[in-house]
Amino acid sequence: MASRSVLRGAGGIVPWLVPIAVLAIWELAARGGFVEARLLPAPSQVAMAFWDTLRSGALLHHVAISSNRAFLGLLLGGGLGFLLGVINGTSRHAELLLDSALQMFRNVPHLAVIPMVILWFGIDEMAKVFLVAIGTLFPIYLNTFHGIRTVDRGLIEMARVNGLGPFAIFWRVVLPGALPSVLVGLRYALGIMWLTLIVAETIAASSGIGYMTMNAREFLHTDVVVLGIIIYALLGKAADVATKLIEHRVLAWHPAYHAAGNAA
Amino acid sequence: MSPIVRKIEQAGAVAADGVVDGEDADAAGQKLLGVPLELDNLHVAFGARKVLQGLTLDIPARQFVAVVGRSGVGKSTLMRLIVGLDRPNDGRVLIDGNEVTSLQKSVRLLFQDARLLPWQTVLSNVGIARMPGWKETALTALRDVGLEDRQNDWPAVLSGGQRQRVALARVLVGHPAVLLLDEPFGALDALTRSEMHALLERLWLRHRFTTLLITHDVAEAVALADRVVVIRDGRVTYDVDVDLPRPRRRIDPLTVALQSKILDQV
Ligand SMILES: Nc1ncnc2c1ncn2[C@@H]1O[C@H](COP(=O)(O)OP(=O)(O)OP(=O)(O)O)[C@@H](O)[C@H]1O
Ligand SMILES: [Mg+2]
Repeated sequence: MASRSVLRGAGGIVPWLVPIAVLAIWELAARGGFVEARLLPAPSQVAMAFWDTLRSGALLHHVAISSNRAFLGLLLGGGLGFLLGVINGTSRHAELLLDSALQMFRNVPHLAVIPMVILWFGIDEMAKVFLVAIGTLFPIYLNTFHGIRTVDRGLIEMARVNGLGPFAIFWRVVLPGALPSVLVGLRYALGIMWLTLIVAETIAASSGIGYMTMNAREFLHTDVVVLGIIIYALLGKAADVATKLIEHRVLAWHPAYHAAGNAA
Repeated sequence: MSPIVRKIEQAGAVAADGVVDGEDADAAGQKLLGVPLELDNLHVAFGARKVLQGLTLDIPARQFVAVVGRSGVGKSTLMRLIVGLDRPNDGRVLIDGNEVTSLQKSVRLLFQDARLLPWQTVLSNVGIARMPGWKETALTALRDVGLEDRQNDWPAVLSGGQRQRVALARVLVGHPAVLLLDEPFGALDALTRSEMHALLERLWLRHRFTTLLITHDVAEAVALADRVVVIRDGRVTYDVDVDLPRPRRRIDPLTVALQSKILDQV
């Protein structure tokens, strides 16, 4: 018993040992001059950069702008993808009309259209939002479509026999049945969302985290560059955690998420 | 007044002439539900495969009929015709004298698998039609099948037999005039199965819906039904009344004799 609880206590620390060691070695190497600060700043320098940009308000300014673009793009692209998925998933006619065209667009890597986007929108806000939108559209479209198509036919039949109309069947049977798949699409989309934004902001922007890091690079502020990378990682992690929370909430019925096994 | 006797609400029951009398109403004064069911020369083919070929069967109101037949003979197909999910190539289904041309509100079908919505609680599954006051009605039905304490559980945590009981409760809530049971107990173990038999018999004696039970199990048929029919080659080839007092015991010599007679016909 005792040894097991010791182990469990140690379990909380053990995963952190390697990162802490890496940070310590990195810090020592930078201070000892083994690594040039111009190429890789010490962790303490990055921390200082964080503090400075936070105090000046620049960090929050850029994070807010980036998040804004990300979520606006997701809302537009994901919303459209969801809508198309629902339409094509429920109607064979719509599928016939739209699906092969969508599949063709899907095969174009969305980052490949950046030159066109710059031509159309310049380095305007719309450019970034547009890129994020087309990047997030397809994962959500595909997973919504697939989710709706794979809803158990038997359940739909059961609902019909029990007197449910088409709308009730959609809201109470088809949509909840497709939801796990839709959420998988959302998680994919979130990954693509940040990735697209990083690229877009690095290439063409006058604000946002990507701009902040590119700007810092010009002035050889490597500490700010590293800070920018870390901020991206944190934003990505936060989005992932948020979807996990959503999944736990809306998929509480799913055996994979049962905690106490009671719905109430 | 229409001879369809439907239980509208327990309190405001209006008696229909000749159908509800002292004997036919249960202790609580509820009206009994069953209506006559007539299958008239039904033909169904899937492409070149002929499944039903002139199936004819007359079932009086409130009778409990067991349908026995080999796998693939068209029993489930027949159920789908009666509830109105599919249409026959030829022939008619008449429920209380009216031809079935669309989904029937007065018919409820209990599928072989429970088909519960995993994302709704047991209570919400039972009250799936969301009729006014559905929570009360659903709870009453759950009480009937002995699962009222599981009303807030997800279906995923129930056992197979419990799930089938929830599906039975869902069917009861619809106050069916005709109850179709498509091998509902096939997947259950013997003990749970005989529990379900007792439950079903109790409910049938109380509500007296016209009942059609599909089964592979001749013993089950003889234990529960007033009448057993055998389907072969797409039509009824054997039709026998079971005149044994209820509740029936399986080891009764009369029961056993009847069972082997039916088995010879399948
Ligand atoms: N939608 C369909 N399309 C093509 N063939 C079908 C369809 N539905 C049923 N059949 C065929 O009709 C025949 C009867 O099927 P049905 O499901 O009614 O059999 P069953 O008597 O219920 O069998 P079991 O006891 O195994 O459930 C089978 O040969 C089956 O393959
Ligand atoms: Mg069948």
